[in-house]
Amino acid sequence: MRLYALAVYAFLYLPIAIIALFSFSAGRSASSMQGFSLSWYGRALNNPFVMEALWTSVKVAFLSACLATVVGTMAALALTGMKGRVRRVFDLAVQIAVMIPGIVIGIATLIALVTVFDLVNPWLEPLTGLKLSLGTGSLIGAHGLFTMSLVVLLVRGRMETLDPALIEASNDLGATPFGTFRQVTFPQILPAILAGFLLAFTFSFDDFIIAFFVAGAETTLPIYVFSSIRRGVTPEINAIGTMVMAASLIVLIGAQLMLRRSQARPRP
Amino acid sequence: MAMTRSRARALLLTPAGLWYAAMLLLPLAVVLIFSFGERSQIGGYAPGFTLEQYANLPARFAAFRNTLTLAPLGTLASLLIAYPLAYYLAVKVTPKWKTMLLVLVIVPFWTSILIRSYAWIFLLGGKGIPAFLAMFGLEDVRLLNTPFAVLVGIVYGYLPLMVFPIYVALEKLDKRLLEAAADLGTPPWRAFLQITLPLSMPGVLTGSMLVFILLMGEFLIPSILGGGKVFFVGNALVDLFLQSRNWPFGSAVAVGLVLVMLVTVGLYTRAAKRFGAGRDDAALM
Repeated sequence: MRLYALAVYAFLYLPIAIIALFSFSAGRSASSMQGFSLSWYGRALNNPFVMEALWTSVKVAFLSACLATVVGTMAALALTGMKGRVRRVFDLAVQIAVMIPGIVIGIATLIALVTVFDLVNPWLEPLTGLKLSLGTGSLIGAHGLFTMSLVVLLVRGRMETLDPALIEASNDLGATPFGTFRQVTFPQILPAILAGFLLAFTFSFDDFIIAFFVAGAETTLPIYVFSSIRRGVTPEINAIGTMVMAASLIVLIGAQLMLRRSQARPRP
Repeated sequence: MAMTRSRARALLLTPAGLWYAAMLLLPLAVVLIFSFGERSQIGGYAPGFTLEQYANLPARFAAFRNTLTLAPLGTLASLLIAYPLAYYLAVKVTPKWKTMLLVLVIVPFWTSILIRSYAWIFLLGGKGIPAFLAMFGLEDVRLLNTPFAVLVGIVYGYLPLMVFPIYVALEKLDKRLLEAAADLGTPPWRAFLQITLPLSMPGVLTGSMLVFILLMGEFLIPSILGGGKVFFVGNALVDLFLQSRNWPFGSAVAVGLVLVMLVTVGLYTRAAKRFGAGRDDAALM
């Protein structure tokens, strides 16, 4: 049994380890180890295409995670303890957003936005000189839609485990509803909100499939990596991959610590 | 400050509601409308009402066939590999190690699936496992760009998602039931079949559903490890929307994918319920 577990862990970590190992190779071959050097890291960090894609990814991940966290938390607060038709409609929307394959969300967003832009631009452009197109905005909108749903589920889950007696006590002691929220509810759901933010950030940062459709002329880091792989594997991609994995790992450990503090059940 | 509760609620819900309407419901409605439309001369969409696109679906039969074979197969393989690990983690491991081992299962899942799949190009490519097999006299084994490679990528990518719900179900299992069974002289394998397995069914169900749903829309793994020879509906969609720009037909394929997914998931849930799986705890995401 223990041997079996060991084998599965080896299966899970061997490919990751190989990428990390090969990224330190000094040679030109992506699939063998020739000496040790950090030169591919230097090469990757000095590649303007990589840095531009990285900047786009970070920008989109940060802004979409901020919006998703704020809007998702607001919705979760309103939905807790709510009944009736509005609640059912929102539950359905959250479910659809989580269930529908990312690829379908991607194409749906692509054709809907392109259609809307084609209708709006002939009016908008002469008036304002602006022209709507796919890009950072559509990436933020599409990523945020999915991650907002995750935030709703996380924060609502936490809200439902709160002790109502605390809120009643606060009200009885004369606190205003906002005062109760600020001093009683908010501190208790804060870890879930922060965990939601970090998960939203990593999802957006790692997402390829939705971005592939709605990025327009922009290139995110996963799109850059994917198109590079198409042209052939290089040690530079190994170095980028290792850095991305290390970064996600750090963010995730943060999220895990937050969730632990909120005493919620750990989630994958 | 005399804002009523329901007005506060409406204010809090408005941004999320608008977001869902504009970026989820509108796009899905557009896909549905386009799927009944015609293709315009320059690609894209021309208004119309026709069932032609749906009638044309058999043209992409191979993509649906591949998806509907490899997605269930991948789900089953993940399940068979995940169950013993989840059992080990839930039953055999001491609490001290449990958290760390669990985190170790989850960590790969939250790192980029793109980079993790790409790692298998090395392992399955000429200098990887085939070179290793050649040392034992098995020459010319081709692994990369085969259905097997896609299957390996699938299991590798989605294993953590399968382990976790099964672990949660097994963790809740009352150990006294097994002790009672042992006291009554039940051999361990029968206790497993009659107690442990049925009680872990909700976890098995949740895990399989999560993996299966994600697999139905898979694009990256077949495109990286299948080398254009093993393609899923996801690959057909990328081709139809980004290369050949046949939006109405692509929309019909997308609607077809969602329908096939809903029907399969529905049938599976019903079958699993009949097996006495009880309530499914979907509280995982």
